[in-house]
Order: sequence, then C-alpha cells, then structure tokens
Amino acid sequence: MKRQRLSTKEAMARFLALCCVTVVIVATFSLLFFITRKGISTFTDFGVRLLEFLTGRVWRPDRLPEEGGPAIGVVPFLVGSFTVSGLAVLIAGPLGIATAIFMAEVSPVWGEKIMRPVVEILVGIPSVVYGWIGLSVLVPLVRQYLGGLGFSLLSAGLVLSVMILPTVTSLSCDALKSLPRDLKEAAYALGCTRWQVIRGVLVPAALPGILTGLILGMARAFGEALAVQMVIGNVYSMPRSLLSPGITLTTGLTMEMGNTIDGSLWNSALWSMALVLLLFSLGFIGLVRLVSRAGGYRT
Amino acid sequence: MLRRLPLLLVVGLVASLVLVGCSGTVSGTIVASGSTALQPLVQQAADKFMAKNPKARITVNGGGSGTGLSQVAQGQVNIGMSDIFAEEKEGIDASQLKDYKVAVVGFAIVVNPDVKVDNLTQEQVVGIFTGKIKNWSEVGGQDLPIVVINRPKSSGTRATFKKYALGGVEEAETAMTEDSSGQVKKIVSETPGAISYLALSYVDNSVKALKFDGNAPTVENITTGKYPIWSYEHLYTKGEPTGLTKAFIQYMLSQEVQNDLVTKLGYIPITSMKVTRNP
Amino acid sequence: MGASGRSVRTGFKNKNRRKMQDQVATAAFWLASAIVTMILAFLVGYIALHGWRSVDIKFLTSPAKNLEGGGGIGPQIFDSFYLLFLSMTITVPLGLGAAVFLSEYAKPNRFTALIRLCTETLSSLPSIVVGLFGLLVFVTYTGFGYSLLAGALALTVLNLPVMVRVSEDALRSVPMDLREASLALGANLYQTIYRVVIPAALPRLVTGIILASGRVFGEAAALIYTAGMSSPPLNWANMNPFNYTSPLNPLRPGETLAVHIWKINSESLIPDVRRVADGSAFVLVLVVVLFNVVARWLQARIYRKMTGTRAVDLHAAS
Repeated sequence: MKRQRLSTKEAMARFLALCCVTVVIVATFSLLFFITRKGISTFTDFGVRLLEFLTGRVWRPDRLPEEGGPAIGVVPFLVGSFTVSGLAVLIAGPLGIATAIFMAEVSPVWGEKIMRPVVEILVGIPSVVYGWIGLSVLVPLVRQYLGGLGFSLLSAGLVLSVMILPTVTSLSCDALKSLPRDLKEAAYALGCTRWQVIRGVLVPAALPGILTGLILGMARAFGEALAVQMVIGNVYSMPRSLLSPGITLTTGLTMEMGNTIDGSLWNSALWSMALVLLLFSLGFIGLVRLVSRAGGYRT
Repeated sequence: MLRRLPLLLVVGLVASLVLVGCSGTVSGTIVASGSTALQPLVQQAADKFMAKNPKARITVNGGGSGTGLSQVAQGQVNIGMSDIFAEEKEGIDASQLKDYKVAVVGFAIVVNPDVKVDNLTQEQVVGIFTGKIKNWSEVGGQDLPIVVINRPKSSGTRATFKKYALGGVEEAETAMTEDSSGQVKKIVSETPGAISYLALSYVDNSVKALKFDGNAPTVENITTGKYPIWSYEHLYTKGEPTGLTKAFIQYMLSQEVQNDLVTKLGYIPITSMKVTRNP
Repeated sequence: MGASGRSVRTGFKNKNRRKMQDQVATAAFWLASAIVTMILAFLVGYIALHGWRSVDIKFLTSPAKNLEGGGGIGPQIFDSFYLLFLSMTITVPLGLGAAVFLSEYAKPNRFTALIRLCTETLSSLPSIVVGLFGLLVFVTYTGFGYSLLAGALALTVLNLPVMVRVSEDALRSVPMDLREASLALGANLYQTIYRVVIPAALPRLVTGIILASGRVFGEAAALIYTAGMSSPPLNWANMNPFNYTSPLNPLRPGETLAVHIWKINSESLIPDVRRVADGSAFVLVLVVVLFNVVARWLQARIYRKMTGTRAVDLHAAS
C-alpha cells in the first residue's frame, strides 16, 4: 500500500517536471510560430518579393501608387544593426578578454574581490539607464570632440560596448578558468613566461568559450532596442560614416510599431523586420553551437 | 494527451483568472488607448471624471495612434485616441468608427535658440525639409549648417506637417527622426542649427518657435485659419458609444474640460475653432 | 601582484625581451581591468551624484505627474516590485521544474536535445521581439489588454531560460554522493530530489534567483507593449487583488521604473524630466546593486555555515 502511494508520488513528481519542460517548449514554438506567421504575411498577403525586401535600400511603405507604390527595403536597418553591434564587439572584445585574463590568470584574488562584482553590477544596470547616460553624456562629448551631431552609429556602438562588456568578460573568464591546471603548469614547467602561456596555451585552448562570449555579446547588442534608439539618431537612409546617424532593426520597430494599423502592409513589414531580427538571433545561436562543436582544448 | 494536459491546465488557470478579473469590473470600466500626444489630456480628464464618479474606472494607455485605431476597431478598447483622421491611416475601415474631435493641436516650427531666423516661408520650409536648403545663411540667418529632425514616417504628427506645412512634398531621407516630442525638444535645444516641429504644448524657451509665412503659431492665428499647421485630436468609438464611454466623451466635450484642461495642456478647445477641416 | 612566484630560468639572450613582453602584457591586463572598473565607477558615480539630489522621501512615495513638475515615482517603484514578484512566481517554479527534469530525469536523447535547443533559442531572443510576441499573444489574443499580468508573462518568457540554466547549474553542483547516499538509504528518486538535492542546492538557487531578479527589474523593451506605459490611480486601502482599483490587481496596466524613464523622455510634458529621470535611474541602480550585494552576502554566509570556511579564503588558497 505504501509502496503504491510512493510510486504515484514519484510519477506525479516526474509529471510535474515534464510539464515545466513542456511549457518551455510550447513557449518557444508558439513564439517562433506567431512571429513567423505575422512576418511572412508581407510576402504571402501583400505579394512583396523577398529579394526586394532584403536588398531594397528604400523604406517608404507609404509611397503613393503613382510614384511606384510602397517600397519596403530593409537594408538601411540591417547595415545599422550590423555596424553598431560589430563596433560594440570590436571595442568590448579586446577589453573584455583582457579583463577575463586578468581575473582568471593574472590576479585571481583581485579578480574575485573586485572584478567579479564589477562585472555583475555592469550586467545589472538596466539598458534604459545606459541609454539615458549615453544621451546626456556621450552624445554631447562626441558632438564636441569628433564633430557631427553626436547622434551617431559611433555613440550607439560605444553604449552597446559597455552593455556587452560583462557578457564577453564573464564567458571568457569561465572558459579560461575551466581549463585543466596541467595545461598551464606544463607550459610554465617548460620555462614559458606568463604572457607566453596566456598567448600560446590558455587563449587558444579557451578559444571556443571566448568566441561564444563574443558572439553572444554581439547577439545582445544586435537585439538591444531602447538604449540604441536614444543615441543613434534614427535616419532612414544609408549611413555614410560612423559619425553619421543611422537606424537599426530594433529602433525602427520601437518607433513605428505603435503608429501603424494592425494588418496593414506597413504593420506587416514591421513584423517582417521582427522576423528578420528573430532569424538573426537564431543564427547567432547556431554559430555558438558550431563554435563549441568545432573544438578547442579537449581532455 | 499527457503532454497536452499542462497546456490545458494553463489555459484553464488563465481563463479563470480572466473571469474573476472581469466579474469585479463589469459596470463602469472603460479603456482608452492610442496617441501618446493625446494621452496626457485624456488622462487628466479621466482623473477628474473619476473623482466625480467614484464608481467609474477609466484606464488610459498610450501605444500610438495606429494601435489605438486598431484596437478600437477590433473592439479591444472602448476609445481609440488618434492624431489623425482614421480615413488617413492605411488599413482601417473608417466607416465603422465614430469620430469625436475633442481638441485641436497646433504645431510650431522650432529651431535651436541660437539660430538667427524668425520667419520662414512655406517655400523655404519645403526647401529645408527636402534637403535643398542646407545652410541657415540661405534663408537670412548666420553661416550654420541646418540639421533637420523629423518624425518617423508612421507618425501622425509627421503626416500633419507634411500635408499642411510642406504641401504634401516628400521629405529628404537624410533627416534624423525621433518618435517622441520630448526627445525632439531635447535634441533641438541642444543641437546647433537644428530645426524640427513640435506641438505647441511642448514649446518652451529652450527652443525658438518660428513664424510661418509671417504668421506666428498663436491660438488666434490657428482658430481663424491664418496659420495652417494644426490637426484635430480624435477620440474614436466603434459604432455609437453607450454608457460610460458616452458619458466620458460628453465630459471631454463639455465646457469644463474644454475651457480648463484643454487650454492648460496647450491644446486649443474644439469649441473655439472658426474653421473646420475634413479628412 | 605583478610577476608571479614562478621564476623563469632560461639563460638565452631573448630572456630580457621575453621578460619585457611579459611585463608589458601584465601591465596591459591591469590596465584593461582598471578601465572596466573605471567605467563602472563613472556610471555609478554619475548616477549617484545626479540621482542623490533628486531623491527624497516625497519623491519616492508620491505619484507621478503628467503636467506640472514635482511628481514622484511611488507607483512606479511599487509596480516594478510587484511585476517582479508576479513574474517570479511564474518563472521560479517553471524554471526549477524544468531544471529538475534536465538534471535528474533527462536521458541524453533527442527530447533533451530539443529542450536545450529551446532554452538556448529563448535566451537569445531580443527583448523587443519578446515584447511584440507578448503584445500579440498576452495582450491581444488573451484579451488581458495592457496589464501587469501580460507584462509578467512576457518577462517570464524572457527570464525562463536564465532561470532554467541557473537552477540546473545549482542542482548539478550538488555532489553525486549525496544522491547516492540518499538512494542507498532506501529513498526513492523524488524523495531524493525534494528532500536532499533541492535543499542542498538552495543557496545557489537563491543566489541565482536574486541575480536574475536584478535583470528583470530593469527590463523595459519587453514591457512597453505589454504592461503599458501608465499607472492608473491606485487605492492603497483596497488590497483585494480582484478589485479593479486595487494595487494588487494583476489585470491593471502598470509602469515600471525603467519604462518610466523611457516614457518621460519621450512624451512627458513635465518640466523636470531631468530630475525625475536621474532619480529613477538612481533608484533602479541602487536596487540592482542591493540585489547583488544581498546575493553575494547570502552566498558567503551560507557557504561559511556549510563548510566552516570562508568562501574568499578558499579562493585565495587555491
């Protein structure tokens, strides 16, 4: 009798856990489904060609028929998104990796006492606050010392670089710390200096983890909306330099979504932009999987 | 079946929550959503209305004119707030919506306070926003590059400006855009040579309002039709409003709101307009 | 500090060069860390300096104003915490359950691979996409309208993968011996999990939950289209969560601090945007830092209790 009750409980417990997992799966698939369904209606219901959408440089969903009809080209948005997130990785990458090496190898005590809390607090600062400080401090600085309006791809890239710094740092640091001790002890025993050990042994061995950090950092930058919108200037045309303002997929979405009528071409085009954003995030995840499968140090 | 059960459970839970949530609020609860430009006025009016009618609950949300019109057309909210005529938005069946014009909002062309120009003709404004005029010296000001700050294409404010200030001419693509009046004001006040347009309620001494074709953006010039850059603020309902919705819209149009709140928030009372417009 | 205790004994002529390189590199690593620390110091200092002047009791408790200056952020603070609470009551059980499944029940098969793929996918989603999904499903299809519940559900989607990962890490960190000992004593699997593994993982779980809360607390992009951008007037005497005017009603719209900063920068007519934004940013960062400190303190304290050593000493000794 008691046996019976326990196994019922056992089954219940397992079932509950299974339920939770099912919710995760259902949430994921319904999200993919709904965004995809909304996003492809531009092509299925309004007959916009995919190629035109992906290669068009003009965004004028309101263009009158006599001028050639609505033009929905997503290129300026893509260029903006890739420029700012690439810039963010270029800045945060070296800084973050160097900090990670410091924490893992150069001074673990200081790393643990100071740098880890620093990194954790940087993660916690809300993106709106980053945007607010970017708007009140960075934009005027860029305007004053580098010229232009201040609202620029550069400002957005700088704000994003601070935002993704913790991602890059903590993932790289984890990768470095998880390496077996033998590896570096062997190298030290051969008479290498610390720099040689770091450059020749540790970093190559931890490369998949470090690359993962960089990719996830880029993904975070790619998807950030509000902080970027506050400093990028939002210009629908192609940017000419880093100092000129631009627009990204996310900022276009935040600015226009509420102004369009549900079910109109314009609205659908925005959902298609959200779909593109979604596909790129999936691409980043795919890339992470590829990288971690590709190797590095294995025991 | 086993795997579907959790979903059913969740759905059941959610449904019961909705039922419980609704049962407490059957009578006297309405929701308005839409234009963020109109939101402060409707919110203030709603607060006053609720103070007088303690049993009424009015929730006011932003979300943008497009959202407001979509949601009211789909029956999700009772009142849709919009900056422009429903007829002017693509993709909405305006015939099923009833339009209540509750206020008029005037727009001023604003520049950075350091710009030494006080008046622009329509031709000059068109030149500036289409990118043909690039320096303030070309319109009688100092030698300073013009920085145009526009609204996003989907914005009702931009539609109004394009129609009445630019005569429908398409603007250049190189202008910065900001969706919100607050941001636009901040940028114009801080960026040398900047020009944009703002609802009169946002204009203060951190920016400089220009005359348009010799007419200042004053209430008198707008009500008499001398100054053309203005638009209605609309409340839309799906079909004839009833109950609380009707009472609230009547309150919005009453002298109490029109002469007090509307003016205080920088709008122009609909009752004082001597000219009218159609979509 | 500086060169480590390991001396390099090679008598070649490039020894000096190598040593130089090593020193330069070491200096560079110190510099990088210093820069990162300075960035944080600047951010926190800037926010604290500007925020401190704006914050007083009245600011923290009074409601926001639409028109005149002098508004506070009381309802926004309440909404931020309440939304966090709502979202966490959904996220924590779900995340913990999924983590239990992954760490205790799952076999390495396709189904498990699918779950992992799902959590990874969810964790990679931009919050604006989650917000739009929330608008579509939680706001429109369910008919909740802009509401705290819709916002909490959107936050759950956003935070679930983090919760699963944190909980799974915590559960996996419990030594195998404990499970084996429990099973050997005749306990079955669920008893082992609920009486042995989860209690043993509790410190790390709590730490993880607090840190994840900090991240949810500052979220804005996923909320503008779900929880709404307004806080209706609340009746603090009414604590019946099913009544519409009650602050506890999950079906009313609500505005968090982060959304408030965003909103007053966009459409607000108040003349003291700067003051309110500075003050709100200050409170936001303060709470996040507080979460962090509490999490670390808790970790250290429980660690000490369980092992009789100090966590930091252990690291220093290694």
